[in-house]
Amino acid sequence: MSLTVTDLRVSYQTLRGEVRALDGVSFTVADGEILGLAGESGCGKTTLGKSLIRLDGRMRHAGGTVELDGRELPIGDDRAMNAFRFREVSLVPQYSMSALNPTRRIGRMVAELLRSRGETLDRAKLETRLGQVGLPREVLDRYPIELSGGMKQRVVMVVSTLLDPSLLIADEITSALDVSTQQAVARALAGFRDAGHVRSMVFITHDLALTARIADTIMVMYAGMLAEKAPAKTMVEQPRHPYTRMLVDALPEVGARHAGRRLTGIAGSPPALLDPPPGCRFRERCPLADDGCAERPPVTEVAPGHHVACWKV
Amino acid sequence: MRRYFGRKLLVYALTFVVAVTVNWMIPRFMPGDPVAGMVARAGVSQPAAAEAMRAYYTNLFGLDRPLWQQYASFWGTLLRGDFGISIWLFPTPVSTVILRAVPYTLALMVPAVLLSWVAGNRLGAFAARRRLLDNTVLPLGYVLTATPYMWLAVILAWGLGVVAGWFPVAGGYSFSLQPSLTAGFLLDLLHHWVLPFLSLFLVALGGWAIGMRNMIIYELESDYASYLAALGAPARLIRRYAFRNALLPQITGLALQLGVLVAGALVTEIVFSYPGLGSLILKAIQNQDFFLLQGTFMFIVIGVLVANFVIDLVYVVVDPRTRAGMAGARG
Amino acid sequence: MTAALTETRPEPRAVRREALHFAVRNGKLVTGFAVVLVLLLTGLLGPLLLGSAPPNEYVAAPMLPPSAEHWFGTTTFGQDVFTQFVHGLRTTFAVGALGGGIAALIAMVVGFAAGYRGGLLDEALTMLTNVILVIPTLAVLLIVNAYLGIRGVAVQGLFIGLTSWPWAARAVRAQTFSLRTRDFVDLARLSGLGTGRIIAREIAPNMSSYLFMTFILLFGGSVLIASSLDFIGLGPTEGVSLGLMLQNATQWSALQLGLWWWFVPPGAAITAVVGALYVANVGLDEVFNPKLRTT
Repeated sequence: MSLTVTDLRVSYQTLRGEVRALDGVSFTVADGEILGLAGESGCGKTTLGKSLIRLDGRMRHAGGTVELDGRELPIGDDRAMNAFRFREVSLVPQYSMSALNPTRRIGRMVAELLRSRGETLDRAKLETRLGQVGLPREVLDRYPIELSGGMKQRVVMVVSTLLDPSLLIADEITSALDVSTQQAVARALAGFRDAGHVRSMVFITHDLALTARIADTIMVMYAGMLAEKAPAKTMVEQPRHPYTRMLVDALPEVGARHAGRRLTGIAGSPPALLDPPPGCRFRERCPLADDGCAERPPVTEVAPGHHVACWKV
Repeated sequence: MRRYFGRKLLVYALTFVVAVTVNWMIPRFMPGDPVAGMVARAGVSQPAAAEAMRAYYTNLFGLDRPLWQQYASFWGTLLRGDFGISIWLFPTPVSTVILRAVPYTLALMVPAVLLSWVAGNRLGAFAARRRLLDNTVLPLGYVLTATPYMWLAVILAWGLGVVAGWFPVAGGYSFSLQPSLTAGFLLDLLHHWVLPFLSLFLVALGGWAIGMRNMIIYELESDYASYLAALGAPARLIRRYAFRNALLPQITGLALQLGVLVAGALVTEIVFSYPGLGSLILKAIQNQDFFLLQGTFMFIVIGVLVANFVIDLVYVVVDPRTRAGMAGARG
Repeated sequence: MTAALTETRPEPRAVRREALHFAVRNGKLVTGFAVVLVLLLTGLLGPLLLGSAPPNEYVAAPMLPPSAEHWFGTTTFGQDVFTQFVHGLRTTFAVGALGGGIAALIAMVVGFAAGYRGGLLDEALTMLTNVILVIPTLAVLLIVNAYLGIRGVAVQGLFIGLTSWPWAARAVRAQTFSLRTRDFVDLARLSGLGTGRIIAREIAPNMSSYLFMTFILLFGGSVLIASSLDFIGLGPTEGVSLGLMLQNATQWSALQLGLWWWFVPPGAAITAVVGALYVANVGLDEVFNPKLRTT
């Protein structure tokens, strides 16, 4: 097992109170597996991604554990986490276009970053990796402003995986791109896994169709909790959770060229997480809901590798 | 690059034209007959001076000629470097009077501005690091930057000059000394320079410290800082980048603050009777010496424009983005 | 973005209520405005309570130190410093409000027009802004005041306003520019609203907090410029201002004679007004900008 997350709880401190953005999430990611993490904005997928590498200032680790390759990650301890960052867990952020220091040449920035982590820059390796994503070595002598958005994104992908981390978190990295670039980026990421630059990956997106193309397993979250987790094919062809079924039905046709549709085709909106209602959180929008749903549904394994949190399956 | 400097130079050229035009136009808005008015207001006792003035004004304004000719001849005299004749120090040419004062103002302003900028940036960056320091530097910075320059100057002159007696509070050098290149005179010069320098320095320091503190906090929240932190880079590296990048808006800020700094220097000089442009302006106003006033105005405008241009040059050297954009190299 | 915990779009009223909620709990804002308010009331009520005595009248023995009778002592001429002080405060607030107000008005007109219309108008206005920005304000005011013999508070405020708007116009332009492409502005445009109405109804309200903060900074700036002008000797000839008090004090050797009560109060009051405004502005920023609200 590469990654094991158990009952993870993370909350946001706001002046109006504590917002439970992640409310007890458990799952595993195997060696070599790409886990696609999907859901509407605010479902907790980005919070989950951040929890695995760096909680931002307002987030608090409220409970649960994260284990990577048998070692527990000290996710609530910013300093202790530093030992794991970059080497064991790495990140391709949502903001890749602006992730590079604008006033440093890229090569120099990478060298300074590595030196600050006590690593030496293997220039040949860096250039090979750049070549693998179709970038000339000259980009190292450029400033970020001289590169196109797509080029910057690829540079960030190469830099983030330079130390061959065990786990890579790719957070909404395609949302700013056009459809054809999205697919190229997704393919490049899968290529990183195939080449062994990263062992396993969590691919966060709101684009179910794109996830289905590269992920081995898909996990759908709703209102800070796991709704359904299943192999990619199963998830697309035989979803069990009513929410996932609606998501999949809302897709035009998986595999169609114009598949970049957002998950907005469902009436209503998720409950506020400041003071979430008891019971199933999808109850308000669910066509199947009845009185039984006033109790929180447990996550059950309905088939091998297929987990669903719903009373109605 | 050419486009960047082209735009800048156009703005400066236009500014110069506007300044000259204001300078030409304002006397024409004076109520009544400007020539008679000015000669009367000048209250010159020497008949020769009064006559010279009348002739000079009449010729200069050329009020019987069409407006465009008046305007053109105004430019003509200006471009010949002719700023007229001082009434207060008749018959010394205005340019001579000004050139005598300029070194004092520069000696006061240049070190005060540069040192306060450097020290303020350090202080602000330091304040952004420590909560305790932030809670002391920030209020102090706001108080300093809200202080009128002349008031801090008065307080320093009173406290360190009159009460403590450590520094002289008036003049550029002791009246008993003749300007010369001796160690004694230079020391005396320095002694007189300390207090005006200090009051300019302190007020400006507050503004820079606050600016840097706010900019660096903004930079520390930027995407590249988050990315580096996510990759476990030590805070030292992130702060170094943030400081470097926060300096860029501070350089622009230096250009924007020039006007305020000049104003500060002028009133500080007046407090200490420091023989620079500020004291000159005061004398010009007290003696109704309009040529001197207008000449000083033109000098200040030119000085500010030159300083702006120098800052532009520095900015291009420091910010690679301007150069990258200029080279037209784009992937 | 961060898990932008999906909530329904906040109502404007709720936003205002929330802002007020944080405003009364923000130490910087409350302290800053409290200081300004105390000084404002002193300036407004002081002259009324002190009776109709003109501030420059010789009322007592010269050079008296502060006492129960003369709170701030007297000048070398026997004028009551406290009387001058309260009248000077009044002038200071008047100049700040007038200069800051006029500058804010120009900045808004120029900024809105340039930012919303764009194109040639933007080019021209930006050029004008940059030109005025480079010219040293005080130097222009010196020339104007000296020649035209401007010696009234109102005209002084007017000219300060006319020369100190450029940085604010730049800021307003940038804000307008970013709001211009928002959905609700597009919607307003599609529904056939005119430019003026869109700016007044859709754009300005969405940056009202920003505009208010700009006004505060312009107010403080005007106070400082006016005090410098007064100090150089181009202040009002009628009445009194804090800058004029400083000028008189230095001109009549208050320093050498040790009459600290003459020059300390006016400068301290200017510093307090401007500093309190700046601090309140930081507080306002924290109230309106949720990102800075990390208590």
